[in-house]
Amino acid sequence: MLELKNLKKSYTEPDGGDLPILDIPSWELAEGEQVVVVGASGCGKTTLLHIIAGILRPTSGHVMIDGWDIPLLNEAERDQFRARRIGYVFQTFNLLPGFTAYENVLLGMTFAGHGRLDKNRARHLLERVGLGHRLHHKPGQLSVGEQQRVSVARALGNKPKLVLADEPTANVDVGNQQHVIDMLRETCEEEKVALILVTHSPDVAGQFQRVDKLSEVNLVVQRKQQETAQTAG
Amino acid sequence: MNLWKVAWRSIQHRSLASVLTAFSMSLGVALVVTVLVIYAVIDNAFQRSTQGYNLIVGPKGSKTDLVLSTAFYINSSDLETIPYGLYRDIYRKFPGEIDKAIPVALGEPYKGAPVVATKRDFFEELRYGDKKPYVFRYGENFAGSDYRGAVLGYNAARRLKLKVGEKISLLDGAENSENADDVFTVRGILRFSGTPNDQAVFINLEGFYEMNESRRNLIDRIRKGEKEDTPTEEQRTLSAILVLTKKKEVMPEIKMNASGDQPSELVVSESGMTSQVYNPSLEALPRLIEEDKEYHIQAVSPTAVVTTLFDKVIGNIRLVLVILACLVIVVAGIGMMVSIYNTMNERRHEIAIMRALGAKRRTVMMVILFESILLSLAGGVVGFVLGHSLIGILSPWISESLRVPVSAFQLQGIEVLLIPGLTLLASIVGYLPAVMAYRTDVAESL
Ligand SMILES: Nc1ncnc2c1ncn2[C@@H]1O[C@H](COP(=O)(O)OP(=O)(O)O)[C@@H](O)[C@H]1O
Ligand SMILES: [Mg+2]
Repeated sequence: MLELKNLKKSYTEPDGGDLPILDIPSWELAEGEQVVVVGASGCGKTTLLHIIAGILRPTSGHVMIDGWDIPLLNEAERDQFRARRIGYVFQTFNLLPGFTAYENVLLGMTFAGHGRLDKNRARHLLERVGLGHRLHHKPGQLSVGEQQRVSVARALGNKPKLVLADEPTANVDVGNQQHVIDMLRETCEEEKVALILVTHSPDVAGQFQRVDKLSEVNLVVQRKQQETAQTAG
Repeated sequence: MNLWKVAWRSIQHRSLASVLTAFSMSLGVALVVTVLVIYAVIDNAFQRSTQGYNLIVGPKGSKTDLVLSTAFYINSSDLETIPYGLYRDIYRKFPGEIDKAIPVALGEPYKGAPVVATKRDFFEELRYGDKKPYVFRYGENFAGSDYRGAVLGYNAARRLKLKVGEKISLLDGAENSENADDVFTVRGILRFSGTPNDQAVFINLEGFYEMNESRRNLIDRIRKGEKEDTPTEEQRTLSAILVLTKKKEVMPEIKMNASGDQPSELVVSESGMTSQVYNPSLEALPRLIEEDKEYHIQAVSPTAVVTTLFDKVIGNIRLVLVILACLVIVVAGIGMMVSIYNTMNERRHEIAIMRALGAKRRTVMMVILFESILLSLAGGVVGFVLGHSLIGILSPWISESLRVPVSAFQLQGIEVLLIPGLTLLASIVGYLPAVMAYRTDVAESL
């Protein structure tokens, strides 16, 4: 379903120099598959998710989702694609503060275009993540664990093919972390949605069958590791 | 959830700033509404005062002064006069031209109310506003033989607290002093007409001459000892003669006659003859009157003078006021832009979230524009209500001083333009923040 080929991303440094971040020769994910991506801070995990979501463009290479090569689409098409096929769960939840939980879920549907608004589904998803009694609360009135569950419901709103979760439990209190992960995994499984979950927590990673270390798929990181190994040795 | 609702939520989220911004907009709108309505009221006041006579015949001099003094009772002292003889001669001098002539002599004001000496015809022949006859609320018109009869305008009666049957002493200012030469008895009180006549005290012209003559005699007696004269014609003067011409002036909206099949340029006159539309400036009668050898007089069309005066003076005032009010709106608009602009930093994050959820650049731009439009329209609605409430509060005072009924919800057609106007303004001032939203870098702002 998802296939990265010769994906390269480098940032331009303030002095104009090139800062290579990603160089992934090949990486794949099957329909409905769930994978954890781990890697040191700053190794490019968020950048990778942004590229898959079409928020960022890679410097070169292919991001194939269901036969679409995302970087080849123009920006409006990528926006549309993201709205309809990709759900995003952020480390800092990123709920819109002026909207209720229910409206936050509806909002994602709104951007997917006409006829995508499904109020029953929005309600159902919020009930599914255990927030049936919190529909009309604004984010400020919810605990962080609840906020992240709203964002899980929001990510699933448009029946996406793929959910990207960027350290979804890093800002959630320990007691609620497992609940959020369970919700995420269960709902993705039920909806047959593929899941890429970035985490630093060995606990969380341990629950997944497939755990990919970004350094192992990413040539840039491998190179850096070799360099540090050489200087150390 | 449509984008309007998204914009509305965003406004609610920043409710205090939103309320303040919309309020400043509403002040501008209230000002515009007030100016428009008051202008319309003044316009109305002037238009209503055209009282069904086509011409005012009076002494040569300023046309404006003649109309102001005769139709509005403004500046009526120290005016030239015309001899009473002209009134008697006028039908004969201009045969076939004059339908009705009504003499008017303006006296010294009585306790601030203009005193108009005339004949009972004034209330019987003249029509005001939309061809309405004068109606007596209390009592009746004075009879021709009732030299000491008076009729009061609605406001005059109210202000002077006079009832039918009570007496007024015009020169001494004391009520109910019996038998003096300046005492008149109120015979009738007119219904409110919205014309300057509401303020006036009308007296029988004959009584007016008697009063003046007996005063003159009194002064003469004091100067030259006992010697009573019979009054001479020369001492009888008029301020003006109100003339209804045979050829009627035709209002543009009633150009078609009753049968509807006559060409619009042709109108059946009362005599049954077809005549051209009466146009005072082109017709022979005013010229004939101006060129008269015997009397030093002129004929003026009150409608023409009033229209010119109105356009010249009040038209400009309105323009200035509307421009000022529009400036207030523009300033409020700029305030709105600054207010939205200042929140763009915190919004950038919200915009990035929407983009990450799949909103297009154009979509987030529209949300900001809609927000600006909603804010100014909300301000517009509040301003509309505010403006009309203000007029409602001021209406007794306006009615009194402009002599025209005013109501809080006297809507002006042009107010409809506020909606597209405000939308346009909001789009302009919302454009800069909207472009900032458009340019927001999603990855950096998340
Ligand atoms: N806009 C940018 N310009 C330059 N460097 C950037 C930019 N965004 C991220 N980086 C750098 O790219 C690297 C990867 O960032 P990121 O993908 O956020 O890492 P991770 O999510 O794995 O912690 C970091 O070293 C970061 O400093
Ligand atoms: Mg990161």
